Amino acid sequence: MADYMLMKGNEAIAEAAIRCGCDGYFGYPITPQSEILETLALRKPWEETGMVVLQAESEIASINMVYAGAGCGKKVMTSSSSPGISLKQEGITYIAGAELPCLIVNVVRGGPGLGTIQPAQSDYFQAVKGGGHGDYRLIVLAPASVQEMYDFVDLGFELAFKYRNPAMILSDGVIGQMMEKVKVGEYKKRLTDQEIVERYGSWATTGKTPNRQRNIITSLDLDANRQEQFNLKLQRKYREIEENETRFELINCDDADYILVAYGSSSRICQKAVDLCREKGIKVGLLRPITLFPFPTKAIQSFVGKVKGFLTVEMSAGQMVEDVRLAVNGQCRVEHFGHMGGVIPSPNEVVKALEDNFIKG
Amino acid sequence: MDVKDIIKKENFVYGKSKVLTDNPMHYCPGCTHGVVHKVLAEVIEELDIQDKTIGVSPVGCAVLAYNYLDIDWHEAAHGRAPALASAINRLYPDKFVFTYQGDGDLASIGAAEIMHACNRGEKQLTIFINNAIYGMTGGQMAPTTLEGMKTATSPYGRNVALHGYPLQITELIAQLPGTCYVTRQSAHTPGAVRKLKQAMLKAVKNTLERKGTSFIEVVATCNSGWKQSPVDSNKWMVENMFPKYPLGDMKDI
Amino acid sequence: MAKSRGAIEVDVEKCKGCALCKEACPTKVIDLAKEVNGKGYNYAYMANPEACIGCTSCALVCPDSVIAVYKVTL
Repeated sequence: MADYMLMKGNEAIAEAAIRCGCDGYFGYPITPQSEILETLALRKPWEETGMVVLQAESEIASINMVYAGAGCGKKVMTSSSSPGISLKQEGITYIAGAELPCLIVNVVRGGPGLGTIQPAQSDYFQAVKGGGHGDYRLIVLAPASVQEMYDFVDLGFELAFKYRNPAMILSDGVIGQMMEKVKVGEYKKRLTDQEIVERYGSWATTGKTPNRQRNIITSLDLDANRQEQFNLKLQRKYREIEENETRFELINCDDADYILVAYGSSSRICQKAVDLCREKGIKVGLLRPITLFPFPTKAIQSFVGKVKGFLTVEMSAGQMVEDVRLAVNGQCRVEHFGHMGGVIPSPNEVVKALEDNFIKG
Repeated sequence: MDVKDIIKKENFVYGKSKVLTDNPMHYCPGCTHGVVHKVLAEVIEELDIQDKTIGVSPVGCAVLAYNYLDIDWHEAAHGRAPALASAINRLYPDKFVFTYQGDGDLASIGAAEIMHACNRGEKQLTIFINNAIYGMTGGQMAPTTLEGMKTATSPYGRNVALHGYPLQITELIAQLPGTCYVTRQSAHTPGAVRKLKQAMLKAVKNTLERKGTSFIEVVATCNSGWKQSPVDSNKWMVENMFPKYPLGDMKDI
Repeated sequence: MAKSRGAIEVDVEKCKGCALCKEACPTKVIDLAKEVNGKGYNYAYMANPEACIGCTSCALVCPDSVIAVYKVTL
C-alpha cells in the first residue's frame, strides 16, 4: 500500500535511507542540508531497523567513516553542502580508488569559499569530473523534485553496488528545503551480516575466515604498471556506466526549434519557461539530464540538425554548458544563462535569455 | 648434546605467529614496527579472533601493514584511521577493530580524529607508534620530535620557539572519559616485549568486551631517521625519549 | 639448578642483520655472520651454540620474526 507524506527534500533523503535498508549514515551539520541528520536523529532508525547514525567531528571524518563502512560491505551514506563536500573530496577519491559503493548527497549552496547558504549549482564540475585527485568519476544523479530526492537514494545505492562505485545525489538548496508530496516505498530489510558475506565476501572486510584470503581495502599500488592497469579498468567501468545508465527526460522536444538544457531546480524553472515560450509561439523543448555522469551526450547529439540552438540554464557561471558544447562539437549554437551566488533565475528571465540569444539576433 | 638433536619439532618453544604472513617486511633493519606487528599477531592468534579482526592501517611506514598480518584490513587516508574504525565497530559490534598509527598520522594530521574517537569511547584499540619522526617520507620533524632533535625539516634541531613543543598526546588522551585503558610501552628488550604483550592482551580483551577505547603508545626507534644503528637507537631512546615519554599505565579502568 | 639447552634456527634469507638479537642474548650465543645473505645482510647465527639456554630473548626482540627457538630440559 502506497503511503504519501508531505516533506522537505532533505527529510525525504532521511526517510528514504531508513526505508531502503541503509546500514549507516555519517554526517556533519551544514546549511542547507542539516535536516537530513536532524531527521535521522529524530527518527531513531537504530531502534527501528538497526541503522547506525553518527554525527562525526567533521566532514572529513564522516566521509572516512563511509569509506570504512563501504569497505566492509555495508550500505552507507553521508550528506553535506558545498564547503563540506570540498572537505569530503579526500575520502571520495579513496572510495573511488578502492572501488567501493556508497552514496553521497550534496545539497549545493553558492560559493566559492563559505559563499552563501542560498541554493546554487556551482558544484557541477566538482561532481561530474571527479572532484578529488586522480582519474575517477562518480555516478551523479540530479533530482528535480522531492519525490526524486526520495527515489534517488535507493537508485543511487543500486547503481553504486552494481558498479562498486560511489554515487552522488547532486541537489541544491531549493530541492533540499522545499516541501512536496512524496510517495514513500515499503521498508526493505537491511542485509544480515551473513548475507553480506555471501554477496560481498569476495572483497569486503567481513573478517578473514580460513576458507578465503584476507580482504584488503586500499587504493595504494606502488607498482606503476599495475596502477595503470587498474586505472584502465576504472576507465572501462566508466564507459560501461555511460553505455548503460544514462538517464534524461525530454519535454516538448519533438517539434522544438530550441532546446533548454537544465537539471535539478533549474529544470523546474525551465518547465515554466517552456510553457511561456509556447504561449508566445516559440517552439521550445526541455532536455533534463537526470544523470550528470553519465551525461546524456548522445541524446543531445540527436538534436543536431533538428534544432537552431541550445540554451543551458544553470545556477552557475556555466559549467554543464561545456558538456553540451562537447556533445554537439561545434555543429550547433549553445549558449548559457544563469545566476550565481544563491540567486534563482525566473522563468521570464529564461524566456528573455532565449529571445536575446537566438531570436532577436 | 648436538644442535641437531635440539632443533626438533617436539622441542619448539617459540617462533613466528601463524597470523603473520610469509611476506618479508619492508621495514628497515631493527625497526620497532616488526616487533609490534608480531606481538599483535600473537595476541590475535592466542585469543583465536583472526576471523573477527579488522585492522586499519595508516599512512606512514606502516601503510603496508596489511601485507604482514593475515587479517582483513582497511588502508586509511592519512590520520583518518580512528574515523574508519569508529564506523566499523558500530556497523559490526561483534568484531575486533584496531588502528595502527604513527606519530605524524595520529598526533599531527589525525589529531582531531583520534581525540574524537577516544572521546566517543569507540569500542576500538589504537596502537600508536611514537618514534618522534616521519619515517616513510624521509625523516622529517614530527609533532613528537624532541626539543633540539635534528630532522630533515629541523636540521638545526627542533626549536620550540619556531616549531612548537613535542606533543604528549597520550597524556591528553588519558584524560578523555571515553578511554578505558591508556598505556605507554616500548619494545626494545625481551622484558619490554613481554610487558607490551600483556598490555596488548588487556587492550584487545577490553575491546572485545566493548569497555571503551584502549590506547597503547609504543615508544619506538627509527634508526634510519635517527641515523644510528638499531642497537644505538635503543640506547638513545632510553636516554632521550623515555624522560619525555615515560613508560607505564596512565589509565586502567 | 635445572639445566636446559637451547638452540635457534634463523631464517637466513629474511634476516636483516640488525643485531638486536645479539644484544638481547644473555649468554652471548649470537653473532653476525661474516658472510651475507641474498639481500646483502650479515645474518645472525649461533656463534656459541653450547651457551644457548633457549630463553627466547632473541626471538622476542626480532622485528622480522626470523628466529625459531627450541629447548630441551636436561
